[in-house]
Amino acid sequence: MIDGDRHIGTKGTAGEPLIRIENMTKTFGEHQVLQPINLEILEKETLVVIGASGSGKTTMLRCINHLETPTTGGVYLRDEPIGGNPAEFGLPWTPFPENLVARQRRNFGFVFQRFNLFPHLTALDNVAIGPRKVLGIGKSEARARAREQLEKVFLGEHIGKRPNQLSGGQQQRVAIARALAMNPIVMLFDEPTSALDPELVKEVLDVIRLLAETGMTSVIVTHEMHFAAEVADRVTYIDHGTIVEQGPPHKLFSSPEEERTKKFLSHFHHIFDNPANP
Amino acid sequence: MLDWDIIKMAIPLLAEGLTVTLYVSFFAGIIGTFAGIILGLLSLSNIKPLELFIRIYVDFVRGTPLLIQIFLVFFALPVIGIKFNEIWAGVAALAFNLAGYTAEIVRGSVGAVEKGQAEAAKGIGMTREKILVYILLPQAARQMVPPFTNELITMIKSSSLLSVISVYELTRSGQAIISVHFVPFEIYGLLALYYWGLITTISWATRQLERRLPAW
Repeated sequence: MIDGDRHIGTKGTAGEPLIRIENMTKTFGEHQVLQPINLEILEKETLVVIGASGSGKTTMLRCINHLETPTTGGVYLRDEPIGGNPAEFGLPWTPFPENLVARQRRNFGFVFQRFNLFPHLTALDNVAIGPRKVLGIGKSEARARAREQLEKVFLGEHIGKRPNQLSGGQQQRVAIARALAMNPIVMLFDEPTSALDPELVKEVLDVIRLLAETGMTSVIVTHEMHFAAEVADRVTYIDHGTIVEQGPPHKLFSSPEEERTKKFLSHFHHIFDNPANP
Repeated sequence: MLDWDIIKMAIPLLAEGLTVTLYVSFFAGIIGTFAGIILGLLSLSNIKPLELFIRIYVDFVRGTPLLIQIFLVFFALPVIGIKFNEIWAGVAALAFNLAGYTAEIVRGSVGAVEKGQAEAAKGIGMTREKILVYILLPQAARQMVPPFTNELITMIKSSSLLSVISVYELTRSGQAIISVHFVPFEIYGLLALYYWGLITTISWATRQLERRLPAW
């Protein structure tokens, strides 16, 4: 939390700090997208990040697995800096060799807004290619592992299909299976349902919820407030590149302290006023 | 009207020229394509001096007439001690030219694959080379075929320029007949037919290749 308190998740499952974001900023040209961010993500925690479009939440998520390079400060996974040694003590940012960064990225499963499945591969091979080509596992074993992951996201019957033969919801579940097949330590979801037709959102959220319930550490950037309220151990509200407020969902959604949080959440009041609304 | 006796006599003579055109185009095609793919991949290697070198190479190929490139290989290189006979000078010049354009096609097609693909591959821990080999190239391969076919066709037609360094290829073999019998209508007509038949065959073959490459 902002004041450094250890937060215990609502499910009582969160443990030791796993990821530490320390004084991290990101600037694109003239535009500072992230003001210095400090955030800890605890083991087995489900952290939901909310905020308006352009608030910097996606950039923060992309910095965690080093798809973006932080401008200053950095990300630590169990005290190991990710992507390079952060600029400090007057020393500049020093990137790690590409091979090391690639190896570090295996610890993070990243799920994109637009799925980004490999269109030339079947669902099975989309999931198997990581274990095969990155982890060096044999073809049949990698495929067995892929099949297992696809069954976990309820796609056992679709393993032979190409992405363009699958619905958006199915594609996103393949993408989740693809990330899980690498046995990541933490899953990062970047607005995983924003590109989906409304009727396909639920099947993806159900899979993410199941995953969170099994104790997978997850950071979820989303606009699905109802889902956030239900699945999160902790909700973080980001505005203009700053963490404005965070806390357990029941507290943050029902009695936010900051004016900016109240204003942002007021856009979603119809959701909280009507519990029957999915 | 048409001098059919000349045509009957010319058909086998031109066929001899055609075999040289085929010979030169075959080797220039193989060497140029292979070198072009290598250069194209190297230009994606993220090794800056190499990228700069290839940039300069491609700019030179595109920025100078093929005829000058042929003269450079055949007349200028011998001055600094690099000698080819006229056929291999022709092969070298055409391959040099084709490689430049092919490199650009490879680089462009790979660069045109949607950015999210490389990101997703990075996301599962792939390194640059693996992303290129397993994700980007398979998706770019099919896009490369039509522009590459164009370059191959241009190269084969441009091989007629080799007549000026006395390679006895198709065009030159026709000119030889004209210079003796002065029958430009028949011979240039036949030459056009020969080239057209050759190019049509090549186009058909590359369409078959394109069809076999993965699509989705």
